[in-house]
Amino acid sequence: MESEILKIENFSAGYSGLTVIKDINLSILKNKITAIMGPSGCGKTTLIRCINRMHELNREAFHKGNIYLDGEDIFEMNPVLLRRRIGMVFQKPNPFPHLTVYDNVLAGYIINGIKLKREEKDKIVEETLKKVVLWEEVKNKLHLKGTQLSGGQQQRLCIARVLALNPEIILFDEPTSSLDPKSTVEIENLLEQLKDTVTIIIVTHNISQASRIADYVAFLYLGELVEYGKSEKIFTTPENPKTEEYLSGKFG
Amino acid sequence: MKVLKDRIFKLFVIFCSLTSILPLLFIFFTIFKKGITSINLEFFISLPKPPGEIGGGILNAIVGTMLLLFFSSLISIPLGIFLGIFLYEFRYEKIGWFCNILIDVLQGIPSIVIGIVIYLWIVKKMEHFSAISGAFALSLIFLPIIIKTTKETFEMIPFSLIESSLALGATYPRSVIKVLLPCAINGILSGILVGFGRIAGETAPLLFTAFGNPFLNFNILKPVSSLPHLIFTYTMSPYENWHRKAWGCSLVLILFIFILNFISKFRLKRWKVKF
Repeated sequence: MESEILKIENFSAGYSGLTVIKDINLSILKNKITAIMGPSGCGKTTLIRCINRMHELNREAFHKGNIYLDGEDIFEMNPVLLRRRIGMVFQKPNPFPHLTVYDNVLAGYIINGIKLKREEKDKIVEETLKKVVLWEEVKNKLHLKGTQLSGGQQQRLCIARVLALNPEIILFDEPTSSLDPKSTVEIENLLEQLKDTVTIIIVTHNISQASRIADYVAFLYLGELVEYGKSEKIFTTPENPKTEEYLSGKFG
Repeated sequence: MKVLKDRIFKLFVIFCSLTSILPLLFIFFTIFKKGITSINLEFFISLPKPPGEIGGGILNAIVGTMLLLFFSSLISIPLGIFLGIFLYEFRYEKIGWFCNILIDVLQGIPSIVIGIVIYLWIVKKMEHFSAISGAFALSLIFLPIIIKTTKETFEMIPFSLIESSLALGATYPRSVIKVLLPCAINGILSGILVGFGRIAGETAPLLFTAFGNPFLNFNILKPVSSLPHLIFTYTMSPYENWHRKAWGCSLVLILFIFILNFISKFRLKRWKVKF
């Protein structure tokens, strides 16, 4: 059963006078991987930053239109609570440098001042690190600083700290663009496993990556949604000539 | 030819760096030579004796300096960090820019002027000299140092860290307290240590505030002596015995500042947060 978790309606956003994304309509399905593709500067990142309301932190930012999470208008929710339901993983791995690996997994609880018992903490850390396939590698390094791990491990740690809060959706902003091929494969495999429990929206300008992992693909060009559909369809028989040009590497 | 060029340039660099540290070495050497003879245990644990007598120490000045440092830190450190955060938050706005300039001006005020102003504000009102007025005068010198280092350290921390804290559903104030501040603690601490070194050597603002005191005093409402002030009075005196004390005192002061700088440069590396 495919149910809709996020609905973007007539949505535009940008920065003082410059409209970056224009009139987008998109439905994201639950427990699927949706890839947002497009050339640089087409508004991919702006779009997903609107979904967890990070966009409005910029003082010059504006937005128009609606986004619904499970039927609720996100712009009427408390942004702080919204961000606990919609996690985000950034382009560069950025574990908190002052926290240990253990505390980095619990960062969401620590920073929010949520007190947990020792056993609960151990349980969350172990379960979450197992989910991101990091447990075996770091179980003896939990006391190290998060930044002492390798790049790929750091990124999985960042995914772990988001997962620890049990979000419904995780937004990935080009999570592998600063990683080597091996770590990239690891992260991609991880995403495949995670989609049983969370909905994943990933921004990427790596076409082959999108074709490998995505169930649905949205193609953005100059801030407009050109095409959206099942990944097999977009990659084999795209409707819009622009999509075909992009996929065959004519621009991007 | 290339090797020769390389060598000449290397020699030139070594020559330049030597000339820059030479004055420091000379100062160090002179003070060491003149001061080392008067330093012994008694020097640290006893009070000054009248000019004619042999012996005596600078305990009053050491205690006084510690009191002044302690109370001026008590005033400046919390306030300075708070204002540093404020300046960081408003760095893109007019008010932040304006405050930044004011802090620069505050840093540029000659210390003797700060002394006079505090004399007018506090000493005149209290009608006597006191350690606390000295601590206030020193805090005015200390404060801008802490504010600036706090703000500058914050600016060096990648904004993505705050963003990811916000993305985990933390409020902005919590992100500042739980992420920004712990990451910046190293820079702030080194600012504090450098500031200590600076105010420990200040004499001018203490002349009309802490005033000096030949006796041991722990009461902050009474005048206290301090290392630089003791050097000043002893050097101005006509007694040979006191001159030697002043040299010893200079050595103690210089070593203290040297150690502070040393700690802030080397020791802090271990607490350093890497990004």
